[in-house]
Amino acid sequence: MQQTSMHEPHVGSPRSRVDGRLKVTGAARYAAEYTAPDLAHGYVVSSAIAKGRIKSIDTSAAMAVPGVIQVFTHQNRPRTAWRSKAYQDDVAPPGTPFRPFYDDKILYSGQPVALVVAEDFEIARHAASLVRVTYEAERHETDLEKVRGKAYKPPKSRSGMAPPAPRGDAEAAFGAAPFKVDEAYRIAIEHHNPMEMHASTVVWEGDGKITVYDKIQGVQNTQTYITHVFGLPTEDVRVLSPFVGGAFGAGLRPQYQLFLAVMAALELKRSVRVVLERDQMFTFTYRPDALQEMAIAANPDAVLQAIRHDVVGGTSSFEDYQESIVSWSAMMYHCENVATTYKLAKIDTYTPGDMRAPGAPTGMFALESAMDELSYKLKIDPLQLRLKNYAEINEGDGKPFTSKELRAAYQLGAERFGWSRRNPVPRSMKEGRELIGWGMASGMWEAMMQKTSARAVLTIDEKLEVSTATADIGTGTYTILTQIAADALGLPMEKVTAKIGDSSLPMSPVEGGSWTAASAGSAVQAACNVVREKLFAHARGMDGSPLANAEIGRVAFRDGKMELIADPSRFVTIQDAMRAGRVDRIEAEETAAPSRINQMRYAAYTHSAIFAEVRVDEELGRVRVTRIVDAVAAGKILNPKTARSQILGGVVFGIGMALTEESMMDHNLGRFMNHNIAEYHVPVNADIHDIEVIFVEEHEDKLNPLGVKGLGEIGIVGTAAAIANAVFHATGRRIRHLPITLDKVIGTKEAA
Amino acid sequence: MADLELPTRQGHAPDASLPRGLPGEIPITLTINGERRELHVRPWTTLLDLLREDISLYGTKKGCDHGQCGACTVLLDGERINSCLALAVTKDGCEVTTIEGLAAKDGALHPMQEAFIEHDAFQCGYCTPGQICSAVGLLKEGHARTREEIREMMSGNLCRCGAYTNIVDAIEDVLAKEAAK
Repeated sequence: MQQTSMHEPHVGSPRSRVDGRLKVTGAARYAAEYTAPDLAHGYVVSSAIAKGRIKSIDTSAAMAVPGVIQVFTHQNRPRTAWRSKAYQDDVAPPGTPFRPFYDDKILYSGQPVALVVAEDFEIARHAASLVRVTYEAERHETDLEKVRGKAYKPPKSRSGMAPPAPRGDAEAAFGAAPFKVDEAYRIAIEHHNPMEMHASTVVWEGDGKITVYDKIQGVQNTQTYITHVFGLPTEDVRVLSPFVGGAFGAGLRPQYQLFLAVMAALELKRSVRVVLERDQMFTFTYRPDALQEMAIAANPDAVLQAIRHDVVGGTSSFEDYQESIVSWSAMMYHCENVATTYKLAKIDTYTPGDMRAPGAPTGMFALESAMDELSYKLKIDPLQLRLKNYAEINEGDGKPFTSKELRAAYQLGAERFGWSRRNPVPRSMKEGRELIGWGMASGMWEAMMQKTSARAVLTIDEKLEVSTATADIGTGTYTILTQIAADALGLPMEKVTAKIGDSSLPMSPVEGGSWTAASAGSAVQAACNVVREKLFAHARGMDGSPLANAEIGRVAFRDGKMELIADPSRFVTIQDAMRAGRVDRIEAEETAAPSRINQMRYAAYTHSAIFAEVRVDEELGRVRVTRIVDAVAAGKILNPKTARSQILGGVVFGIGMALTEESMMDHNLGRFMNHNIAEYHVPVNADIHDIEVIFVEEHEDKLNPLGVKGLGEIGIVGTAAAIANAVFHATGRRIRHLPITLDKVIGTKEAA
Repeated sequence: MADLELPTRQGHAPDASLPRGLPGEIPITLTINGERRELHVRPWTTLLDLLREDISLYGTKKGCDHGQCGACTVLLDGERINSCLALAVTKDGCEVTTIEGLAAKDGALHPMQEAFIEHDAFQCGYCTPGQICSAVGLLKEGHARTREEIREMMSGNLCRCGAYTNIVDAIEDVLAKEAAK
């Protein structure tokens, strides 16, 4: 256990995770680890074609296997909601959501076509191999480049995702400017691949009631989805996700295993668990690729004259998934002439979805690569070019920032990295057989807050329980909520319990967008503040109270007491106050919401400056990222220990994006072929060297009472660009199509 | 001795549920976290599925079922293995230590568990039991001395949350403390 000083506030201090013990002893339970005496196991059969229809499904051999209970297909599925709108969850983009087993149509390869339910997992798996499906295939298209000509402006914008309005005359300014970069950039399709595979355990409670353990970033999103799709009353569906084995966006929308498990449980009137296989983790959401054209130009003084960013992003045939790829180009730098376009093109895959900082590392890879290219043309240091074009306000909408300490981030990051010692000439640094390169990039992500409710209950034994329906996907939510609550009532963290991941708790949106600390944290603080006031009223109302005439603002809550700040000898203990008030519990439920006025007046973003060192063995084409310094300006840091881990995680994701991660589509089959984690290369321990995280002092007082901005996504945003820029510095080779694999480093024809 | 209460799946008799033409269950003995257990296992059941589904030791995780991620790492006779690649029937007579068996009976954590908490060497926690068992196995092997070696020899355990640097810090910490003993 960590020693904590009694008077040091928990918020702002490094604290070990309150759920740490559960996680290191194997006691933390995830969705597939709940059971019931009548539990049956479902195994999904996936479509072998990418487009067409199912001609027939022969389930007789599967049904004949002893232990098989039922095989569900579109032909025998129970009735569910017929309106597609009922399937639209909180995070659904515009369009018609995928409806599992809805009819015989195949919309993408890997689509679920049958669910075998058996007495145990192995029987279900075996029987699933006996299900015979025949298809009538149609011509599919999974190559984004082939449908580029059919790109369209999405008729309905996903909320908050409309590209920014143009300003000035980007075309004319670009034409007139002497220094320019005009290039195409791409990333690869990526899959989230959380370590825990998607799973739902539906416990049949009798009388049509179910308890659902789901791998989801928002239990109430799952609950609403189930009630709408299956027509169940809210009180009959309780959804829990106390622990989520990573998600990164893959758990925002309810996925098909949930639908199938609920369907089977309701139909069979018994408990059912459905767990996906790792290859099936490649049969739903992913980070889309985008065709990007980026043109930027500067005058001889290195002042940006024009930015043009045109993007065609991939989406499915049935939904218009949208993410913010181009908006960063209109905000990151001061520039009077900016134009962006964002179009979609449909391919025959499942709908892409939000993956860690959706859109930002994609767009920023293009912008920050182009800035690096421009710096070489101008013969100016890449960092100086960025400082020269620093945006003092958000030029995308003309609003001032609530706070922006990016300048300090550039400075501190550069100092720590030793940037001033950089020889700007490519291929100028070498050690042994390795070329060394130093590159940098900026990062930016929106700082958001969402309306959230929380409850706080203080009991006479000095225990405080706070609760809200949010999730902890590894981000540290349990811990920061405990810290906030402990500080509010002046209790040690051991006396505080945070409860989350339960749909019966006060309303919370999905955990995503880096908004949870701001949202759930503010709600917990608001509820605790009401408890504080009630408690203080009891203390003041005591006969002969030492605090009789005190104002709450002049009282400190600490060590289980309320004491006068000016004279700590005058105090009332929590227990005495509650006894005097004749209460054994004090409860409050409060809702926190962002200030609409501040939202209208200000722009709120986190920023980062990221510096990367790579070592490149040109003969082998091997790139190692040996050093990263990421300086982050993100307002108040609630817990430097878990906050640092969030940034480390984002940086590791960025290293994967830069060097190894690539979902490879076989366009003939319309299927991702490297659908396992031996061939889809998530970074391993040996790929990760030194990463240093710096949190820049940033005073934030307009976003939320805590002054927090969120950290889940900013770590990845500029990382891939910084690495690509370092690879150029090392080798003189500019790679504009991620990941930077050895063929591209060596420069084979295929890679060109 | 705990006889056949645990091994067979709930809800059906063991033999009736078997696919036709396949052999029945085979008796084996495993010592799991110090407890000797007589088990009847089907020949295709992996050690991982046995632990999770039959004995409800869910601390050992399934991340890929293909030996690619290391989430299922347990100690078999003190050596780290991927339990998803081991058929339970082939491990008759072995000693298995899972994450649930690392802490002392009085609840005192293993030094590696302590170090993982101290260094924040995990986020979502899903790969953590495998990482910790692997790290304990690594130290017993006695090969890893430097950060570079730890990184290399821990590369069979994926962590998607990206806690690698903290994992190396935790292992290095325990290594240094053991060396100082």
